[in-house]
Amino acid sequence: MTGDRTRYDQARWTDDGQYEPLLSEKDRTRVQIDEDDSPLPDDLTRDSLELPELSEPELARHYTRLSQMTYGIDSGPYPLGSCTMKYNPKFTEDVAALPSGAVHPDRSERSLQGTLELCYRLQDYLGRIGGMDAVTLQPPAGAAGEFTGIRVAAAYHEHNGEDHRNEVIVPESAHGTNFATAALAGYDVISLPSDEGGRVDLEALEAALSENTAALMLTNPNTLGLFERDIVEIAEMVHDVGGLLYYDGANLNALLGRARPGDMGFDVMHYNVHKTFATPHGGGGPGAGPVGVVDDLAPFLPAPRVRKTATEYELFEPEHTIGHVHGFQGNWLVLVKTFAYIARLGDEGLTDASAKAVLNANYLASQIEYDVPYEPFHHEFVASAGDQDAADVAKRMLDYGVHPPTTKWPEIVPEALMTEPTEVESKETLDQLAAAFNAVAGEDDETLETAPERSSARRIDQTSAARNPRLSWQALEEE
Amino acid sequence: MHGSHTTGSPYAPHTDDDTAAMLEAVDVDSVDDLFDIPGDVRFDGEFGIDARTEAETRELVEGILEKNEDLTELLGRGHYGYYVPSLVDHLSDRAEFLTSYTQYQPEASQGFLQALFEYQSLLVELTGLEVANCSMYDAATALGEAATLADRVRDTDGHRVLVPDLLLEGRRSTLENYVAGTDLSVETYPTDDATADVDALAGEIDEDVVMVYAENPTVRGAIEENLAAIGKLATDANALFVLGSDPVALSLLQRPADVGADVVVGDASVLGLPTSYGMGLGLFATREQYLRQVPGRLVGASEDATDRRAYTLTLQTREQHIRRERATSNICTNQAWVALRSAMHAAALGPSGLVDLAKRGVTRAEELAARVDDIVGVTAPVHDRRHFREFVAHVDQPARAIADDLENLGYAVHVVGDHEIQLCVTGVSDATVDAFVEDLTEVAR
Repeated sequence: MTGDRTRYDQARWTDDGQYEPLLSEKDRTRVQIDEDDSPLPDDLTRDSLELPELSEPELARHYTRLSQMTYGIDSGPYPLGSCTMKYNPKFTEDVAALPSGAVHPDRSERSLQGTLELCYRLQDYLGRIGGMDAVTLQPPAGAAGEFTGIRVAAAYHEHNGEDHRNEVIVPESAHGTNFATAALAGYDVISLPSDEGGRVDLEALEAALSENTAALMLTNPNTLGLFERDIVEIAEMVHDVGGLLYYDGANLNALLGRARPGDMGFDVMHYNVHKTFATPHGGGGPGAGPVGVVDDLAPFLPAPRVRKTATEYELFEPEHTIGHVHGFQGNWLVLVKTFAYIARLGDEGLTDASAKAVLNANYLASQIEYDVPYEPFHHEFVASAGDQDAADVAKRMLDYGVHPPTTKWPEIVPEALMTEPTEVESKETLDQLAAAFNAVAGEDDETLETAPERSSARRIDQTSAARNPRLSWQALEEE
Repeated sequence: MHGSHTTGSPYAPHTDDDTAAMLEAVDVDSVDDLFDIPGDVRFDGEFGIDARTEAETRELVEGILEKNEDLTELLGRGHYGYYVPSLVDHLSDRAEFLTSYTQYQPEASQGFLQALFEYQSLLVELTGLEVANCSMYDAATALGEAATLADRVRDTDGHRVLVPDLLLEGRRSTLENYVAGTDLSVETYPTDDATADVDALAGEIDEDVVMVYAENPTVRGAIEENLAAIGKLATDANALFVLGSDPVALSLLQRPADVGADVVVGDASVLGLPTSYGMGLGLFATREQYLRQVPGRLVGASEDATDRRAYTLTLQTREQHIRRERATSNICTNQAWVALRSAMHAAALGPSGLVDLAKRGVTRAEELAARVDDIVGVTAPVHDRRHFREFVAHVDQPARAIADDLENLGYAVHVVGDHEIQLCVTGVSDATVDAFVEDLTEVAR
């Protein structure tokens, strides 16, 4: 036992050689499907179905145990950089579960005035917050929002007879989704180096821009937490060659009420509502990725959109729409939570959230012994683990009862520990986090390499998982 | 606690004393000094959004959503409202599940990883294919991902993706967007009486086809009887056979692996979610040979340092956060929590419950079709096929007028033609069906 470790052990359920058994190890029942008691002839049905057949109490205990072996934001701080893991208010779960919101998307507009009004008002809220003229709620996640935004940009260029524009520029510090999105949309991706201060290198940008530029995708503040101070000049440079400026909303939590993408010259942006507006991440989703655009791009947004007439709310198809980016209208339950969150906080709360997020990041950075090479940062900072392996540091931090930061990224910082405490952590919790950082900073490699020792599982062999993929209980049985 | 809570975000726990101490520690006078934003882009306006108490906010949302009419939905066509057992709400809402993130630290995320591993296993059993990922957004985006997979794995060049002419507009349009950045073009093949016209399809297929897509059941609720023949046509042309379905249908209908499917896509939210304005859960399963081209996240089994079995995200070198523009997909956030709910719902039903639910999908649709067929002015089903969950009925009166009259009586139905309505029986009780038949009798004459 070293340092000021919090007395903390994650739940661990063990059963001969493994942690909680799989459902399939508790029961396997094969149900035969015979023509005698089937409403369909044999040649249209499967022969049998074999799955666990367990009682409700058995299932309740199984899933309770699994939940106890899962770390969430309600378990403790979760400072994953660029992921903005905030506390999620409980009441939003209740409003999302209202029976009046449980509707089928094919109902008539007349019978769906409540749903359409909520969509319309959320579009309006998001437009004001981002400084955008028009918003679609359809994209079901941030990356889907990026794809929507880039498809809208492509349709805009094509409409203007500029379909020779085949390049999208992405700073090397950007989220991986930006590169993947531009490639998925068919663009050549031009990677843009950062300058010594960690920001967009204007000379490199000048060299990358051309008549082939469709868009520059930018995160601001960027993944180092640094505000791109030259944003007005960057916007002018991109616009001068006829390109569009795309805002990756992943880091919007740093700017609420203090700066708006629309005012900075961005033409199109997405909002990660599960980050900025505290809707739960649910183990990796669902999120929602509404997209905002300036007036010129509004005719290209996905269909249908919601508008308000003198008497009612209705759906309509934008004039040059790119069509659908989701089978229906996106992740409705997440959108209800987003609306409720924004309505609860209002101007004052949203602005304060950003202020506290930035204060927390700066305070935490001031209390840790690891080097933070780039500043002044906003809502997140990237520390360097120096001689230690950042992945090992992360595993060891789990032993101190906290979730570690994002590691080894962005690659600009060696052994990066990308840390974003968000506004929801108290000074006391930040002090606990700092103590965990500092305790680990003083530990030797052997201790780090064998961590964690207090999580549900000990260090997991990720190499063998990839070398010998076993992705189902059926695959385990074949061994 | 110490000092008073400051105003602002109700979820920022800072007291005034805390804030003062933290500002002193970072050596600034006010939080404003921490913002490095040039004056020309600083926002000093207001959004004009009033802050509310929690009670006021609930009242606001309730007041808005109450403007939705309370209708009995006989609606399907890709989004279904099965009853979800209470177990699913209570256990999936446990905060550790709900408030966790992607499992980048598997040692502290074993529970969610295991639940996703069990979800993948469920899909492996239902499809007969070896590999399932742990979710895409919905059926439409999963179909788009299947097309880009086909583009990557097919041995020779090809440009055509064939889909049935009945495909839902939202799916077709989403697919078009997904392939817009490739050389692929989406073309339709004809259907005959709501299922694939196999002869016409055979005439459409050539070496330029990379993928053939079919659905079972089809969007009109018909069971596709020619899956093996479609699969053979696709395979003979060296194209991928992609099948659209869902976990309830797959509990009874032909196993995709047995009819030659290379990829199964569809919406798994038929389990786990009530009607939710089209929110989905994209299922994606494929053959082992395409494992390294699969989009999205995969959970694999491994061992930890004590040699106990443990789970972890695996094969992440396919993913955008590592492979960037060479990734198999741009997906990052997926629908993990919905997958958890879907797996819980399936576990609550068990294999016998799933098979029974699927059988009822056939029998109840047949029964309702027979009953409305007895109504003067209604003929059902329009298609001389076996049906699953839903079917199309011909009405002598204009369908729009029938639907409006039914809505005034408290029902929602699809209008799918000038004289065609579509009825789905997943979310309605037998008593409701009785009342509906009575009311339809009144409005259809």
